[in-house]
Amino acid sequence: MNTLTISPSPHVHSGDSVKKNMYGVVIALVPALLIAFYNFGLGAFVVTATAVISCMLFEHLIQVYLMKQHTTIWDGSAMITGLLLAFNIPTNLPIFIIVIGALVSIGIGKMSFGGLGNNPFNPALVGRVFLLISFPVQMTSWPVPKNLPFTYTDVTTSATPLSVMKEAIASGELPTNVLDQIPSYRDMFLGLQGGSAGEMAGIAILLGLAFMLFRKIVTWHIPTAVIGSVFILTGILHYINPMMYAPPMFHILSGGLFLGAVFMATDYSSSPMSKKGAIIFGVGIGVITVAIRLFGAYPEGISFAILIMNAFVPLIDKYIKPKRFGETPAFAK
Amino acid sequence: MLKTFSLGGIHPPENKFSAGKKIEVLPVPAQVTVPISQHIGAPATPVVAKGDLVKVGTLLAKSAGFVSANIHSPVSGSVLKIDDVLDPSGYRKPAIFIKVEGDEWEESIDRSTQLKKEITASSEEIIKTIANAGIVGLGGATFPSHVKLSVPPGKTCDLLIINAVECEPYLTADHQLMLEKGDEIMVGTQIFMKALKVDKAIIAIENNKPDAIKHLQSLASSYPGITVEPLKVQYPQGGEKQLIDACIKRQIPSGKLPIEVGAVVQNVGTTVAVYEAVQKNKPLFERVVTVTGKSVTKPSNFLARIGTPISNLIEAAGGLPQDTGKVIGGGPMMGKALVSTDIPITKGSSGILIIKNEESKRKPVQNCIRCGKCITVCPMGLEPYLLMTVSDKAMYDIAEERRIMDCIECGSCSYTCPSSRPLLDYIRLGKGKVGQIMRSRTK
Repeated sequence: MNTLTISPSPHVHSGDSVKKNMYGVVIALVPALLIAFYNFGLGAFVVTATAVISCMLFEHLIQVYLMKQHTTIWDGSAMITGLLLAFNIPTNLPIFIIVIGALVSIGIGKMSFGGLGNNPFNPALVGRVFLLISFPVQMTSWPVPKNLPFTYTDVTTSATPLSVMKEAIASGELPTNVLDQIPSYRDMFLGLQGGSAGEMAGIAILLGLAFMLFRKIVTWHIPTAVIGSVFILTGILHYINPMMYAPPMFHILSGGLFLGAVFMATDYSSSPMSKKGAIIFGVGIGVITVAIRLFGAYPEGISFAILIMNAFVPLIDKYIKPKRFGETPAFAK
Repeated sequence: MLKTFSLGGIHPPENKFSAGKKIEVLPVPAQVTVPISQHIGAPATPVVAKGDLVKVGTLLAKSAGFVSANIHSPVSGSVLKIDDVLDPSGYRKPAIFIKVEGDEWEESIDRSTQLKKEITASSEEIIKTIANAGIVGLGGATFPSHVKLSVPPGKTCDLLIINAVECEPYLTADHQLMLEKGDEIMVGTQIFMKALKVDKAIIAIENNKPDAIKHLQSLASSYPGITVEPLKVQYPQGGEKQLIDACIKRQIPSGKLPIEVGAVVQNVGTTVAVYEAVQKNKPLFERVVTVTGKSVTKPSNFLARIGTPISNLIEAAGGLPQDTGKVIGGGPMMGKALVSTDIPITKGSSGILIIKNEESKRKPVQNCIRCGKCITVCPMGLEPYLLMTVSDKAMYDIAEERRIMDCIECGSCSYTCPSSRPLLDYIRLGKGKVGQIMRSRTK
């Protein structure tokens, strides 16, 4: 007679796993990665490889030698942090800066809170913002796309459409006139604009989003709330005063908005659990991004906006409850 | 667009291997063990003693209160002893052991197979007969049926829903019953309608049983007031709350019963038992049990006497496979893992599911990655991840405030969790504690 296993129900499992979700995100990042290679050649490759390898290495070292745990670097989450860090930095950034960024991302952003699932802030953004503050010059000079694919640090740099716009408006130019000096909306959507490695091509990021939605890795709530609120808010401001504010299409296609809304804000551990909470979180990011872009010192604000809203997540989870069954009085006699 | 319930839900692989298998009558075993507690509520009080001779249908134990049920002998023979036995719940409970001699039925039982359509009994008589026949919810919950039919004062019932959803994967007992006992189901439904004094009944069937839907729809045309409602396949649609929501978009408020929204739900197997009790004077002593599993050579639907050891059913389905890791009483989502195959089947045994060794072990637990999928699938709109944490940390006040007692234990959260976290295990622990605290408060 066999020995029977006893355990409480349910006795079956969906087969879903942490790995499936994480590698799903990695696959979703591939289109943006390909555009990065196409635009920046060798530089994109060096930056991505350095960021991914150092993130995984730091996670392994910290986990095994400091936390005395089994390594989980193959669950895919350190790889995602590496990829997202690379996507958020210029492709001519010196290797040692990238390694510092990786150490801050994984060491401070993730492992110091207990590792996977416990980080209150998006680790890649913690690293990115740390670098932006520590190395402001290197972090804000972006190589010109499709210029000398086999060079790395020694490239011609240019400003991003967002910084061109910000400076022009500050010097009294009309936003609509500036639009002629920067790539067209179509080029911006296809990725032909200056910027960090993975943030330029809206189309590649939307492809990734479609894949993640199809595989049910993320839901539509956060990306829609972020992009929608930026579009509506900048639209209203542009309508009120077109002399001061750029059109909404410019704002959603430029900078890191798509990357942030789709891949950074949807990070599981640093976003709210409920759907209602996710919408509040996304709208918050949109509002803060617009505030920084239009009224702050930096041309781009999505990173700060996500980090600020990350800090509100515990509060959102505490007060925003999912819709309970039986709460709507559906029947009255 | 087919109807379904509003919140959450999952769709596990259906694996209905025994679908379409004719109901086989299982031979009467040499000895039966009949537990006196096969229902929710007080255990019945035995009215027989060692050495007594009983027939099929003789009363063995008497209902011990309003929420309790009579137990009748499934066989003819002599009472060997009354002793404790392991039952499907995993606890040792008293049971009546009967040595089988022949197969002699009580004369009062009408054993003809002829359909008896005309309902002569009055509403009160029906409820009394159902209580006397020891009928309980055969879907697995085993709540005494007559209690549900006794509408409390101040409440009104305007709709009867027959639960023919069978949303648990693998199980096919109800499906087969619908194909073979369609007319009995219709008359049984009318008996329920008469007892409840309602003129509307819905038979709700999930859309993965098109043959049953078609069959019952064609019959329903000659039974006024009964409609057949095909539903989208979605687990846990068989839950009372989910089923009422799916059929008529009324949500039962937290902590309340279906009657609060004017509905009564009865299982389709129970409906057949009620037909037999009211029209044929036959108490509940046998039921249809599915025996199935990926490794089972002959997945089957058996009509078995209560008290038959499950090993007899497994033998009849081709024997216990070598690589068996788990034997489950019920379906894979809400069934109970059994400690041995000597356990007798009871009124609530809807199926015996055999799980292979490699599928019987859980995967290692990982950190919660806060993906929120447990919230997405929860049919009650709860936060399983949070309920697990607060149960673990003994923060029962928060557990209560976050509605832990609303959990219907369907297991959708544990099924879905990518980190294989035992969410429902902890929620059950928390529910137990919170329930105790709430009861101590009202005293």
